[in-house]
Amino acid sequence: MLINNFLLLGAVLFCIGVYGVIARKNAVMVLMSIELILNSVNINLLAFSMLHGNVDGNTFALYIIAVAAAEVGVGLAMVLLIYRNRKSISLDELSEMKG
Amino acid sequence: MLAHEHEAAGWFLEHAWLIPVIPAVAFAIIIGFGKKLPMKGSEVGIASMLASLVLAVGTTWQWVQRVDAVHGSEGEGALARGVFGFARGLVPRAAEGGEPYVEPVIRSWTWWQSGGIEFGLGQHIDGLAVMLLLLVTFISTLVQVFSLEYVRGDRRYTHFFASLTLFSAGMLAMVLAENTVQLILGWEIMGLCSFMLIGHWWEEQANSRAALKAFFTVRVGDMGLLVGVAILFGAFGTFSIQETSRIAMDPATSQTVLLWASVALFIACIGKSGQFPLHTWLPDAMAGPTPVSSLLHSSTMVVAGVFLVARLYPVFYNGFDIAQNGNSANLIAIIGGITIIIAAGLAFVQNDIKKVLAYSTVSQLGYMMMGLGVGAWTPAVFHIFTHAFFKCCLFLCAGSISHTASHHSFDMKKDMGGLLRRMPITAGAWMVSTLALCGVPFFSGFFSKDEIIDNADHNGYKVFFIVGLIGAFMTTAYMTRATYLTFFGTPRGAAAGEHHDEHGHADVHADAHDAHADVHADAHAGHDVHGAHDDHASHGKPAFGIAGESPILLVFPLIVLGFLAVVSGYINAAPFHIEKFLEWVEPRASEFAPKIDHAVFTWAKAAPSIILVVLGFVISLALCKAVFGEADSKLKGLTQRNRVLGAGHRFLVNKYYLDDLYEKVIVHAVAYPIAQAAYWVNQHVLDGIVNAFGKGGRRTGEWVYKYVDQGAIDGLAVNGSGKAARGTGGALRPLQSGKVNQYGALLFGAAAIGALVLVIVNI
Repeated sequence: MLINNFLLLGAVLFCIGVYGVIARKNAVMVLMSIELILNSVNINLLAFSMLHGNVDGNTFALYIIAVAAAEVGVGLAMVLLIYRNRKSISLDELSEMKG
Repeated sequence: MLAHEHEAAGWFLEHAWLIPVIPAVAFAIIIGFGKKLPMKGSEVGIASMLASLVLAVGTTWQWVQRVDAVHGSEGEGALARGVFGFARGLVPRAAEGGEPYVEPVIRSWTWWQSGGIEFGLGQHIDGLAVMLLLLVTFISTLVQVFSLEYVRGDRRYTHFFASLTLFSAGMLAMVLAENTVQLILGWEIMGLCSFMLIGHWWEEQANSRAALKAFFTVRVGDMGLLVGVAILFGAFGTFSIQETSRIAMDPATSQTVLLWASVALFIACIGKSGQFPLHTWLPDAMAGPTPVSSLLHSSTMVVAGVFLVARLYPVFYNGFDIAQNGNSANLIAIIGGITIIIAAGLAFVQNDIKKVLAYSTVSQLGYMMMGLGVGAWTPAVFHIFTHAFFKCCLFLCAGSISHTASHHSFDMKKDMGGLLRRMPITAGAWMVSTLALCGVPFFSGFFSKDEIIDNADHNGYKVFFIVGLIGAFMTTAYMTRATYLTFFGTPRGAAAGEHHDEHGHADVHADAHDAHADVHADAHAGHDVHGAHDDHASHGKPAFGIAGESPILLVFPLIVLGFLAVVSGYINAAPFHIEKFLEWVEPRASEFAPKIDHAVFTWAKAAPSIILVVLGFVISLALCKAVFGEADSKLKGLTQRNRVLGAGHRFLVNKYYLDDLYEKVIVHAVAYPIAQAAYWVNQHVLDGIVNAFGKGGRRTGEWVYKYVDQGAIDGLAVNGSGKAARGTGGALRPLQSGKVNQYGALLFGAAAIGALVLVIVNI
């Protein structure tokens, strides 16, 4: 089935993204991984939108793309500020939130 | 005439909507790329205005042909009308009612839809629109040419031209509006641009305050526009101007609806056109650069209100019952009449040359409004036409003087005087325009202003006839004063900089004007005042070999406008039976427009106003010579010595205390009681409730504390749960590592478990 291929692609991308978020030390890489996750969701939405034959999913995907762009903007700005303060964006050294 | 008729209307009439589109696009280009262009974007602005002007000329040409074609098809009378209309006087005016109505060229596109209502954008080209299209594009082009030199080197040069262009686009969009929504669109674009332009030099707080004042004062009126358009739409179910006019002319339409709609719309006009009592923003708007004042006060912004009344005239005409002879007062005429007198009175005490002109504009707008109010549609619209040329010219003259002669000062008493010989072209343009403004026979203002006054009498509005005459007298008097102070007498302050023989003046002004005192010093020592001022060195050079005249870019618009200030009146010169303007612009009596009755011109009827103009000139000149002249006179300092005159002078200088009324009384009266009421409610009602709750709460609390809290909860729940929480917290502490990856892993782990649960439950 065509739809299965889409869903599989989405799942694979999602897993890669999750792996990246958990395993990577570099903040930029983590942000990129988050993008992967979001886009895997987009693929799922589009696949189901196609399956059901209406455009709601497409609309959602567009919204997600817009929101993701904003989110990356904020994320990168934070990374930049962190780098400015600490001269490093390694996430291992960031434990300010330690309880 | 049928709807498909417009297909044969000709290319220019069909595509008149391009006229506002071109400057709007130019605005975007200037804002986007202006700074990178060789002339910093000004060339785009001027090119767009020129293109619009060409289109407007084409439109005018085809409109004239269209009118003539309709008249020609009528057959009879066409011969008698003659080639230049000179013989037109032979045709009795009463026959005009029977002339065919020239169908406007109307096109419309859907802009947006909401809830089944369509909002259109389009064009409604008739005589009024064509006249203003031509006027606005022409004046805008000249003003932009003037600005090239005037604001050269300004730090926001590009933005200045961008705003100027958008401003014209707004006015043009409003002028050819097909429906009231588009009218509001253009109206508001102008409001925004006037704010930007008046506050162009916003670094000085006075300027930004003036911009805010203009914006907010106009805003007060704009409420009326929204309400009025809403009333019209609610009652008639259409935004289309033609439909609105047709329904308003329908005898079956309720007069109450029309009355309320016209009152609401007129409030908007009061704000926009600077009518009493909302005229206070207009003189403050002088804070903007002079080209802006010139554009604002001649053909755009302030004319918008008059245009609105003229455009929706059937609504006002039937709403206020203007037609009724003997019903000798209505809101429009009263406001217009009051404005004429009040503004003219204020013009007497201004020292700032631009403020004199500003009040003069207000006063002339009063004439236009009064003209519309007394049923003299055509003379009022004609006055828009003639006024635009001479007022624009006067403002540009003021700009030219301040730019070249008085070092960016506009103070007539301190920095001007005796400029006649030094700036002959500027002076000539000023004189001609002043004569036109005063309504001296054979200058353009005479033909329009006198028609308004004459028709007020003719239509049975005796009071406004007299008001018009008094206004003419006052206009001449204050303009004589301004002219005398600027061009005659002895040069003072900055203007005296080049006059080496005026030694006596250096010490007079040394204490008052330190800045100007050193201008004197420079002049005496260096023999060239412009050389001493680096920032003026580049543009202080004499043009045409006449020492002290402004450069060609400043003078050229003056010459053109001065010429038009003389000749523009001859398009509708009643004494010579030329009535081309009437023929081309006036909508003939029909289902869309009221029938406009015209007074027949006779010199005998024009005599009182001419006599008053002469009288005003003579009296004012005598007073000026006595008060401002060299010779010592009893009249000097009279306002300081005589208590009654002093009080009157103070009253005028303080602008009838209207600003104080608005700011101190009305704003306080509205804002303070509200604040105080709110405070009272706060203190007594809310606090009372809070206190009562507090007291009740405390008693309950005490009881609860004693029995429930101490006993049950403390013992069991709190201490118990506290211990439990501490235990859990200690156990979970390692989880709060502060590491982002770990948090991510937890998140996804939890999500995965959740997903698993969902899958299992579903199966």
